[in-house]
Amino acid sequence: MNYTLHFGQVLPYLPYLLGGAVETILLSVLAFAGGMVIGAVGAAAATWGGATTRRISGYYVTFFTNTPALVQVYFIYFVLPDFGIVLSSFNCVLIGLVLNSGAYLTEVQRAGFRSVPRTEIEAAETIGLSKFQTTWHVVMPHVVRTLYPALTGQFILVTLGSSIGAVFGVDELTGRAFGVNSETFRAFEVFIVTGLLYVGVTLLATTILAWTGWLLFRARVRVL
Amino acid sequence: MHRFAHELGNFATWYNLAFVVQAAGYTLALSMIGCGAGFVLGFLLAALRLTSAFALKPIRILATVYTEAFRRIPFLVTLFLVFFALQVAKIDVSVFCVAAISAAVIETAYLTEVVRAGFEAIPCAEWEAAAAMNFSLRQTLAYVVVPQAWKTILPPAFAFFLSFIKDSALASQIGVVELTFAGKVFNNRGFPPEIAFGSILGAYFLISYPLARLGRHMEKRLALSGNL
Amino acid sequence: MPYLEISNVMASYGAKPVLMGVSFTLERSQIVSLIGPSGSGKSTLLRVLLGLTPLSSGSISLEGRQVDYQSRGAVKEVRRRFAIVFQQYNLFGNMTALGNVTIGPLKVRRGAREDCEREARALLERVGLGRSLHAYPDTLSGGQQQRVALARALALKPDVLLLDEVTSALDPELVGEVLDVVRMLAADGMTMLIVSHEMGFVREISSKVVFMADGRDVEAGSPQRVLDSPTADRTRAFVSRIIRH
Repeated sequence: MNYTLHFGQVLPYLPYLLGGAVETILLSVLAFAGGMVIGAVGAAAATWGGATTRRISGYYVTFFTNTPALVQVYFIYFVLPDFGIVLSSFNCVLIGLVLNSGAYLTEVQRAGFRSVPRTEIEAAETIGLSKFQTTWHVVMPHVVRTLYPALTGQFILVTLGSSIGAVFGVDELTGRAFGVNSETFRAFEVFIVTGLLYVGVTLLATTILAWTGWLLFRARVRVL
Repeated sequence: MHRFAHELGNFATWYNLAFVVQAAGYTLALSMIGCGAGFVLGFLLAALRLTSAFALKPIRILATVYTEAFRRIPFLVTLFLVFFALQVAKIDVSVFCVAAISAAVIETAYLTEVVRAGFEAIPCAEWEAAAAMNFSLRQTLAYVVVPQAWKTILPPAFAFFLSFIKDSALASQIGVVELTFAGKVFNNRGFPPEIAFGSILGAYFLISYPLARLGRHMEKRLALSGNL
Repeated sequence: MPYLEISNVMASYGAKPVLMGVSFTLERSQIVSLIGPSGSGKSTLLRVLLGLTPLSSGSISLEGRQVDYQSRGAVKEVRRRFAIVFQQYNLFGNMTALGNVTIGPLKVRRGAREDCEREARALLERVGLGRSLHAYPDTLSGGQQQRVALARALALKPDVLLLDEVTSALDPELVGEVLDVVRMLAADGMTMLIVSHEMGFVREISSKVVFMADGRDVEAGSPQRVLDSPTADRTRAFVSRIIRH
């Protein structure tokens, strides 16, 4: 292989790429937050809603988990202008990611709602806790502790999924990688660095989430 | 509304259907080849990480680094990484090959973890009893571990295959003529995006939903069929 | 010359030292029991003997020759001569009782199928499971599983049987059937190295008892001496607490 890796040409762009990583995190956090809200609503609808609400929640989840996020965003990006709604690339991608992650998070939260063992609730009642106290002290901690690893996992998936922004010109990490590539033409090195940055970002995110989870909820999350 | 119906009429031709079916074929082929190769390699890598020979230590470390890294890189980035790596090595293959290789690369990384978890579910005493009976690693895996672990390994492996069918959409970005690329083609040809991408969403759904149900059914059957 | 000589053996689990100098000997047809509080390293010693846990210092000699645990050939030889039964989950869950007992002779010693099966049937009869040949482990009780494990160990025709707390995980009413099998093997002259908490059984069956604590051998001697009139304080403390139960 007659090729020497010239990282030197790429390294000056490192701050630019790091800025992209920040954009990625921003996009991911917003998408995840939105997804969590939808997830909570959807899970509540699926667990406690009437027949129609449950069905709608079911259709939503089924549709968004069986089709690719990329195509969902393509649809939003090209269809909304037809209805007079013109949004930036960032917003189109954000909406797509919110709707997509919302579906997966609905499933995760639904599992959480169902996971509280009857024995713990009964034990709480025999000790004399009220419904509210039981929910706050027994159900919620259990749900959060059980769900936390799955939620962390979903956050990482959203972070990796945010890379589809590059397709639409969003200024996140992968998008910026394409930009650097077009300036240096050192494509291989650029993408190696980009890959490493994604590994770094996700490891950092997992570590922070693992610490927070342990400190706040005594939830165990594996980092590596 | 009438315009929409009119456009739909223009769209619903045998030619377009054939095009979609062919593109779907590429989507499935890509997923199956990538995941098939990845499954085999992932299994080998997981077995490799079990060896204790000192000489193999650098390979074991490499395997661990590989597994941890590629599970944390987006498929789009991996796709371009493989694309440019092949370019640099002056290996000339079709974009489909590039995509299939990329698929195998990440499937291997994910599956090594799944297989490892399956192996770890086998009680330590069974591993040690086999070792104490002078079973080689190959014998232990073949006679004791795999016959039991496959039930734990298959559902997540299938689930990954299913999720990859969706990830394969990204292959459109390097020019593979799979379903998403077909959607872009329709969009470029002037069909309304609702139809162009809507039909593609429908196609993905028609592929993914039945397989998802199959997967759930299989999981239920496996869970019932015996304890580990 | 003793069959097995353990000499000042030290071992750790990662950074944590577990064995800090254990020495004793085992002769052919002798039954040596290792007793002591949890964490004293008794099970670890068996694992070190088989090369499942690395030896950090000291030596283990087989018939006068020191075992080099770095050599794969030497480790294989040791594993050929010793057969171990663990506390639980010994059996291979995907094979029947017969399958478990035949797999070793078939695949490792490469015997003929009919011979291996014949011997396996005889062994399972001997441990009282002649009618459970085709049962899978998850349909057998703990006591039955341990008896199959004993049959499986014997199928390999070892010089020494290592028993690592084989009754500790069993429901009380199942302990007896397993101990009966061990008694029978002892009566047939099997050399054994036993780790156990069953003091009555230990006293009855052992030629020698070694009391271990904190990774060291504290006292060794005949069961009567060690259990009834221990000389070391540590031994006395342990024995009195056990007897009180």
